[in-house]
Amino acid sequence: MEDAELVARLRLGDEDAFRFVVERYHPSLLRLAMTMVPSRAVAEEVVQDTWLGLVRGIKGFEGRSSLRTWLFHVLVNRARSTGVHERRPATGVTAGPAVDPSRFGADGSWADPPVPWPDEVDDRLVASQLAERIRPRIDELPDMQRRVVILRDVEGLGATQVCELLGLSEGNQRVLLHRGRSRLRGMLESEMGNV
Amino acid sequence: MCREAVELVTDYLEGALTGRDRARLELHLADCPHCSAYLAQMRRTLDLLGRIEPEALDPQVADDLVMLYRRWQSE
Repeated sequence: MEDAELVARLRLGDEDAFRFVVERYHPSLLRLAMTMVPSRAVAEEVVQDTWLGLVRGIKGFEGRSSLRTWLFHVLVNRARSTGVHERRPATGVTAGPAVDPSRFGADGSWADPPVPWPDEVDDRLVASQLAERIRPRIDELPDMQRRVVILRDVEGLGATQVCELLGLSEGNQRVLLHRGRSRLRGMLESEMGNV
Repeated sequence: MCREAVELVTDYLEGALTGRDRARLELHLADCPHCSAYLAQMRRTLDLLGRIEPEALDPQVADDLVMLYRRWQSE
């Protein structure tokens, strides 16, 4: 179902349309909420609150963004207004190299270079197994990196949308993305031995 | 140079490098199989991240929300 049709039906209070958007977006909303509040229980409340926000706000939704992006905005606002502090203090943009410095020689070129990954990584079955293995590793990233990686690379939002949503500058968004992606590549590199 | 190149990978993929930096990096990549392998791994990483499915929705949660929806509508 297209956004326009969904929105029209939601404005009329259509239960089937509501169930449809819940099924489509609830898991993504919960995943984002869990990066913003300290526990799953609070995250579930925030998502429920987001659905209430949809019911109250759908008449004013002008369709300038997608329904999904709008729901993410509602969620971020609700999460912030819970007044519950984030899991860890906002670390902002932390520095730190993308690759363990000990892997480079004194002249800055590779001493312990990356080994090309086997082509089977392109195989759909292997790829989906690896995707399952990388999922829990995302949770090990610092909160801001995790939020940016989830929105950009898992949910597939654009850089501008993510900056707006999280109140980040383009530059900071890129640094967070870079740290997060670099660490995940490193985690996958160590998993590759077990493929 | 390799140590610097790996720090430019995200800006490169995001199209955020200046024309000159981009050209320099591409020159290095053409010359350095290790950094090329690194870039290929980063692209694979992004591909895998895009394949992660959200956890399945518990049907009970959907039912409960639809019940709430009914109540919200009548408020």
